Amino acid sequence: MEKFEVFTGVGAPLRRSNVDTDQIIPAVYLKRITKTGFEDALFAAWRSDPEFVLNQEPYKHAQVLVAGPDFGTGSSREHAVWALRDYGFKCVLSAKFADIFRGNSGKQGLIAGQITEADTENLWAALEANPGASITINLVEQTATIGDLSVHFDIDEYTKWRLLEGLDDIGLTLRDEQAITDFEAKRPAWMPKTLPAKH
Amino acid sequence: MTNKPLTLAEKVWNDHLVAKGENGSPDLLYIDLHLVHEVTSPQAFDGLRLAGRPVRRTDLTIATEDHNTPTWDIDKPIADLTSRTQINALRENTKEFGVRIHSLGDAEQGIVHVVGPQLGLTMPGITVVCGDSHTSTHGAFGALAMGIGTSEVEHVLATQTLPLKPFKTMAINVEGTLRPGVTAKDIILAVIAKIGTGGGQGYVLEYRGSAIRALSMEARMTICNMSIEAGARAGMVAPDQTTYDYLDGRPHAPQGAEWDAAIEYWNTLPTDEGAKYDAEVFLDADTLDPFVTWGTNPGQGISLNDTVPSPDDFADPNDKAAAVRALEYMDLTPGTKMKDIAVNTVFLGSCTNSRIEDLRAAAAIIQGHTKAEGVRFMVVPGSAKVRLQAEAEGLDKIFKDFGAEWRFAGCSMCLGMNPDQLAPGERSASTSNRNFEGRQGKGSRTHLVSPLVAAATAIRGTLSAPADLIEATSKETN
Repeated sequence: MEKFEVFTGVGAPLRRSNVDTDQIIPAVYLKRITKTGFEDALFAAWRSDPEFVLNQEPYKHAQVLVAGPDFGTGSSREHAVWALRDYGFKCVLSAKFADIFRGNSGKQGLIAGQITEADTENLWAALEANPGASITINLVEQTATIGDLSVHFDIDEYTKWRLLEGLDDIGLTLRDEQAITDFEAKRPAWMPKTLPAKH
Repeated sequence: MTNKPLTLAEKVWNDHLVAKGENGSPDLLYIDLHLVHEVTSPQAFDGLRLAGRPVRRTDLTIATEDHNTPTWDIDKPIADLTSRTQINALRENTKEFGVRIHSLGDAEQGIVHVVGPQLGLTMPGITVVCGDSHTSTHGAFGALAMGIGTSEVEHVLATQTLPLKPFKTMAINVEGTLRPGVTAKDIILAVIAKIGTGGGQGYVLEYRGSAIRALSMEARMTICNMSIEAGARAGMVAPDQTTYDYLDGRPHAPQGAEWDAAIEYWNTLPTDEGAKYDAEVFLDADTLDPFVTWGTNPGQGISLNDTVPSPDDFADPNDKAAAVRALEYMDLTPGTKMKDIAVNTVFLGSCTNSRIEDLRAAAAIIQGHTKAEGVRFMVVPGSAKVRLQAEAEGLDKIFKDFGAEWRFAGCSMCLGMNPDQLAPGERSASTSNRNFEGRQGKGSRTHLVSPLVAAATAIRGTLSAPADLIEATSKETN
């Protein structure tokens, strides 16, 4: 995973709450077996409406999304994060994220920054007053800045550290391999076990 | 040992700690059971292949095909090429990595959250994960069961563990006795309407109280299943005799001395007297009506006896804006009686409501009635086993005589990933779990309902409760 410190890109205001993962990427696009190439699927239903924000210049090229609360609810599909990432988004700011979406974002280097509802309104107003304005996301300082307006975003310390270092989770866990093996030796015999593969 | 009273969730968490997180890093938890399906696993297996890693515990991993699978003509090759490719990828991945799979046509195939409990693999006090948010279903057994993303699927395949931050706990207390015609589905829809789609974020919910204790295992699964719709990572019910009776004799349930050892441990799991929850919610079962959604998120639900709300009913500006948008999408006018809303399709199925008790309950309602003209009624058992059981009981005949489509097992019309979809603008009464825009097909309109309401709606053609049938009959008799 690439290290993330400071990033500047065009911000898009998405004035909707409860943006569920079926909206971020409809199920029909989940049949692919690759981990990339989902840019066409992002907000597919909404993008068929010419009025939708990402169909407007200059938001088409947005890389920071400012959305209403309860972003990423619903299905666990990590494809939602891949679609945002493949479209070019580096960061989503919202007053509230669904837990699984937030977790998935952290695995893929997409910043899910939590801001207050008041700051959501402030950022929306700033972006709409100056369409195409850039937002600078500073992960070290945990700030999102448009010109003179700078707001704080929350992100958990561990995810922040991993993103700053660009670390892979599995590699980190396997440093504890001995502890896993020790734990396995103590598991009771009645615990569930599947049958061998039939192949 | 500490004497601090603990909740069910805390006990399961503590008993699975491989390594305690330090300085803000997460705890490392052992995973006892990993369920795999075709949609969220191909990229995970690919990751293992690239890194040269094996599946650490194939004996704790099991796969089934459900999301993409058709529910007609299951003996023919899957017509949709991308669906077929994804299913084939799962078959090849499980073969290469030595994971047991129950493919389409196999007696144990079905929706992953129906298959696990049915085999007796889901047990109290274990940790269960699956790349599917409705993994919360398994919490009905007192397991800590969580939906995960594909990166985490790869992580569990490689290490049989997950790094997790401790959750907060929330007690959902449901006291009283449900009236006839009111079910577990109505409880959970009412809970979500009460706390909202984000109300459970960061929490593990524990459903408690006399109304929960009185529920069957399948009804408890319905409730835990939709914990995710309240934003919670997991939902749980403490194990009791109902749990043990359900498990006893299932293929993977412990036997003999192991059964006794398991029971001894399971009996230690219920929340200790005096344990503190971070939040508590109360719901009165005595006064609960059948519940139904009117909008485009599962929190937008009301009593079936109510009318479509107006955006002005909502104080919060986000809720108000969401209501405006939802009413437009759903093509509903405030003040319309919910019971006057006509549907095109009734869908009985999904990991929420496709088990044998759901089918029995719906069949009991429709028996002796005729289907409303022009309404399509799809009945999709949750697993091949459930289908066989229903056929052994003659339920398939009741459904077919009524004019319903009796289909093969799978996720079907719950999500638009297989051929079972609504056409744009079509409206359904659906026993599934999500009424999101386009969930059941582009432009589809979904009302979430219980199996009883689904059955009554199929008879009357408009959203209805079983009580409406009795009223109609008694009026005719008078």
